[in-house]
Amino acid sequence: MKVLKNEVETLLKEGTISAFLGMKQIKGHANPFLFTHLDDLEHLTIAEARYPLAKIILKIAHKYADHHLGIMVRGCDEKALIELYRNKQLDRSKLVPMGVACSGELAEKCNCSKPYPSQFIVGEAREISFDRTTLEKIESLPLDERFGYWINKLGKCIKCYGCRNICPVCFCEVCTLEDAPLIPLGKIPPEVPAFHLSRAFHMAGRCIDCGLCEEGCPVDIPLRTLYRKVREIVEELFDYLPGEDKEVVSPIQILGDGSFEIPEGDH
Amino acid sequence: MNYTTIPTTCAYCGCGCEILFEVLDGELVGSIPSKANPINHGSLCIKGWTAHEFVVSEKRLKTPLIRKNGEFKEATWDEALNLVSSTLKEIKETSGPNSLACLSSAKCTNEENYLMQKMMRAVVGTNNVDHCARL
Repeated sequence: MKVLKNEVETLLKEGTISAFLGMKQIKGHANPFLFTHLDDLEHLTIAEARYPLAKIILKIAHKYADHHLGIMVRGCDEKALIELYRNKQLDRSKLVPMGVACSGELAEKCNCSKPYPSQFIVGEAREISFDRTTLEKIESLPLDERFGYWINKLGKCIKCYGCRNICPVCFCEVCTLEDAPLIPLGKIPPEVPAFHLSRAFHMAGRCIDCGLCEEGCPVDIPLRTLYRKVREIVEELFDYLPGEDKEVVSPIQILGDGSFEIPEGDH
Repeated sequence: MNYTTIPTTCAYCGCGCEILFEVLDGELVGSIPSKANPINHGSLCIKGWTAHEFVVSEKRLKTPLIRKNGEFKEATWDEALNLVSSTLKEIKETSGPNSLACLSSAKCTNEENYLMQKMMRAVVGTNNVDHCARL
């Protein structure tokens, strides 16, 4: 904690960064805040609650493109940033990430297999093996029951758009889910399963499995399970895992030569 | 360069969800559900998620409107309030207090709702007081 404060203080003093996006203790709660003054740093905190900092920095970086900005990153934030760099939404050379490893409790709660970024100054690296039980349970159901399971879960949707709004890698200016001819206005629940599968398709090659969508869903739709399956399919077909820091382009950014065939299998 | 989040309570209904309003250089740019609040636990409905939009909406009324000959015309607050009070008085005198009713709103504060029912009971003289959710 103190290490983070000192590091941010040094960077701000040196002028290496113009501001630092982190969490501030405001009225007893930790909420996102952009630190520009040294005096505010005494309220800098890490906290257990995860907010989409990578999404917030987008708004700030778009307005202040010439500035270097610091940002607190957990393992998931780092993955989100990598996807945003790759999709040319953020300039990597302008960001200074400060790594924070999550507590064991948070890692467990998030069912996170890598609860720490590549470099961090707070916390320690914990290895948690991802629990695939829910996914396996659903996969093992016969097709009609599996379909019934999803129709039941998705039918609870109140179309709050929270999953999209909180998603750190949802950055499109125009969203398919607001395209009136496709998604009729004022209809609740939205068309099941078209609405949710549209989003799932758009998450392919993008979802970094942070779980913020599921955490923010007011009707507890197991969205992460759905997107995780999409992630696994993309990995299997294209050998691509969103959020991995490699010199690769996302499958969405490639025009193939027409030779690609989807292997036979039960998807 | 200034970005902060301001915790506030959603004004749309009586649930009391906590929203963090995102303010970038004095401009309201977004809403985030608060994770710390035991009411909404990091969730919001679509109204809460878009609560920042109506504040800066161009469609927002900036002055009272009075219908004249079937058309809404901009009016001053004095004109509008005088019209409301004189009409209420007239109805009360001609048809009695129980011909009037008031539907107050969840978007108002407790204090405003208190004043509304007080006015209906003590000034107008009716117990016809209800809530917008019953509409």
